[in-house]
Amino acid sequence: MGLRDLFERDVQELEQEGILFSTLGKLVAWGRSNSLWPATFGLACCAIEMMQSTNARNDLARFGSEVFRASPRQADVMIVAGRLSKKMAPVMRRVYEQMPDPKWVISMGACASSGGMFNNYAIVQNVNSVVPVDIYVPGCPPRPEALVYAVMQLQKKVRGEAFDQRGVELPMVEGWAR
Amino acid sequence: MSVLDIAKGMGVTLGHLFKRPVTVRYPEQPVDVKPRFRGRHHLLRHPSGLEKCIGCSLCAAACPAYAIYVEAAENDPDDPVSPGERYASIYEINMLRCIFCGMCEEACPTGAIVLGHEFELADFVYQDFTYGKDDMLVGVMGSKWQRREATQKGRDVRVGLSSGPRPELEGVDY
Repeated sequence: MGLRDLFERDVQELEQEGILFSTLGKLVAWGRSNSLWPATFGLACCAIEMMQSTNARNDLARFGSEVFRASPRQADVMIVAGRLSKKMAPVMRRVYEQMPDPKWVISMGACASSGGMFNNYAIVQNVNSVVPVDIYVPGCPPRPEALVYAVMQLQKKVRGEAFDQRGVELPMVEGWAR
Repeated sequence: MSVLDIAKGMGVTLGHLFKRPVTVRYPEQPVDVKPRFRGRHHLLRHPSGLEKCIGCSLCAAACPAYAIYVEAAENDPDDPVSPGERYASIYEINMLRCIFCGMCEEACPTGAIVLGHEFELADFVYQDFTYGKDDMLVGVMGSKWQRREATQKGRDVRVGLSSGPRPELEGVDY
């Protein structure tokens, strides 16, 4: 089918044949996966490694995610770097709500992902109870390369190539039905 | 500040254009990891093939994050799993709880558990981070996700690191 025919046809027609939401969807996912802009959300020592991953040695710009946005309205992915105290949890939820909709969350480090060694009343034991987490990164703190690997994992998820231990395919974005 | 100073500053910039880039091309080229870096754990074996772990749970007691769970069982004298009386029938580490401090390694009386160099552990689901014995014994390379992806695509596990030798990690080959 030529490009001219494609433009002359009706949108509903293309949608029914699955062209609009499969082929174009793949293209959009490819574009999204190569420009994941993180929101600045460093909470503790993991933030130092997060900054390190953007510098010249571990150049996160090679994956299109070097611009850490100070405003959540311009960000696609929130990297929760460090332990999240219960006082901070509503603030983080608010920052997450302010991000525009195709959005993802990387939970970086042991403390953000599971509380780590801070098993006490002040620390949120899993960031997933506040925001939906897409990627967990173990480590205390993770190496910058481990974060680069996590961004590569997130790219796989954005492109729809991710599956869990039981072989169940994971959705590209958690909130499509929202 | 004169024009000369600006020229001097721009000269530094110009000089950097002709230097080798410092960027580690990570996914294409392996990362050079220092020998004492602590990453994913390995459960080692004796040269005879028996497991070094005797299921004493000292690692679990030493763990500051309570990330390790050990369940011991009696060895069958005819077909022993470990040289001692008991062996670890279940050995699980929650990789998200673990803070990679190496205290389990210090507490271990037989040198069974050693922290290796693998750091590519990122995964999607919380429940997939419980690493059992079959994920950590010597010979198993890569994280759970890396092995899963390799099985799906039908290729070998590629670990993106190279490191110097460390005597504690006997039998582990990166």
